[in-house]
Amino acid sequence: MSGNHPRLDRRAAIRLLLADRGDLLLVTGLGSTSWDAASVGDDDRNFYLWGAMGSAAMVGLGLAIAHPDRRVLVVTGDGEMLMGLGALATIGVQRPPNLAIAVFDNGHYGETGMQASHTDSNVALTGVARACGIEQVFDIADEAALQHFAGLVHSAEATLFARIAILAEDAPRVLPPRDGVFLKTRFRRAIGAETG
Amino acid sequence: MADWRDEIFAALKAADIRQVGYVPDAGHARLIELCRAEPTIRAVPLTTEEEGVALAAGAWLGGQRAALLMQSSGVGNCINMLSLTKTCRFPLVILVAMRGEWAEFNPWQVPMGSRTQAALELCDVLVYRVERPEEAAETVTAALDIAFHGDLATAVLLSQRLLGAKRW
Repeated sequence: MSGNHPRLDRRAAIRLLLADRGDLLLVTGLGSTSWDAASVGDDDRNFYLWGAMGSAAMVGLGLAIAHPDRRVLVVTGDGEMLMGLGALATIGVQRPPNLAIAVFDNGHYGETGMQASHTDSNVALTGVARACGIEQVFDIADEAALQHFAGLVHSAEATLFARIAILAEDAPRVLPPRDGVFLKTRFRRAIGAETG
Repeated sequence: MADWRDEIFAALKAADIRQVGYVPDAGHARLIELCRAEPTIRAVPLTTEEEGVALAAGAWLGGQRAALLMQSSGVGNCINMLSLTKTCRFPLVILVAMRGEWAEFNPWQVPMGSRTQAALELCDVLVYRVERPEEAAETVTAALDIAFHGDLATAVLLSQRLLGAKRW
């Protein structure tokens, strides 16, 4: 595996990704990446998944297709991405130019007691993404590379995939709202898909 | 009278379905072909059916309506993902081509096919069943209406008797 040293602090990484977010739409996976997003501040345009493990990238795909004039960022963890690896093949076929997927990879399942994930062995998510036909793939382990990627999230004309090496540390929990109907309805209102 | 498959497609169009997630299936072959050829519909082939449940949720978040096409065996793959649909009350319309029932040759299809309706209902998905061609389009329209008017999950089971059992 490449890009394991150094590793980034996950909260610093999410702050950087969401700085100057503009009208960026955000989908986060179960579970630590949802707490990460909440740590930056709750936002109506954040859709946090508290369950349905393996769904984050596909929720992002449906959203990106539905709203081609808005940028969509999916931030999820290595375990969540591994549970839905087929989604990368599906996205590799569709390749919406307004979709970016960022995987916070600490090689561990943080929510269940820090057991090692497949990426802690010899599985490289960047290789999977490339093999699935996603052309813009980044293996990020330092702030400069992350800064570059954060800019591309707003400007690239291709589907992006980034594996971001983060430290396997438990950050303090910052819990976002977990009422699914509330999260859905406020998101749709925020982007003008729901009225009343 | 038009082919019932074409009538289902017209029902999807009339309901402003803009994304169709599907896993290739002989029973849905004509419908998939029509969706792929339709410029107002983004047809999204999936590697596994639960991807479609998430796709449909994302579509709705973005203001578009989606429908899913799958085989009865694929319903089993969706079970945990349907928690997303239920918890957030996402509208959902699944058209299921049934296997493992009427005149099935392959016994491996029977365990899931014989429990498809029960599994969906266990997950609080409203289930409608089509046995005759003349019922197909109106049943799909009814499912689309109740799903998108009420933010509810629905499935229409297209019976193997209707589709014709696979010839071996």
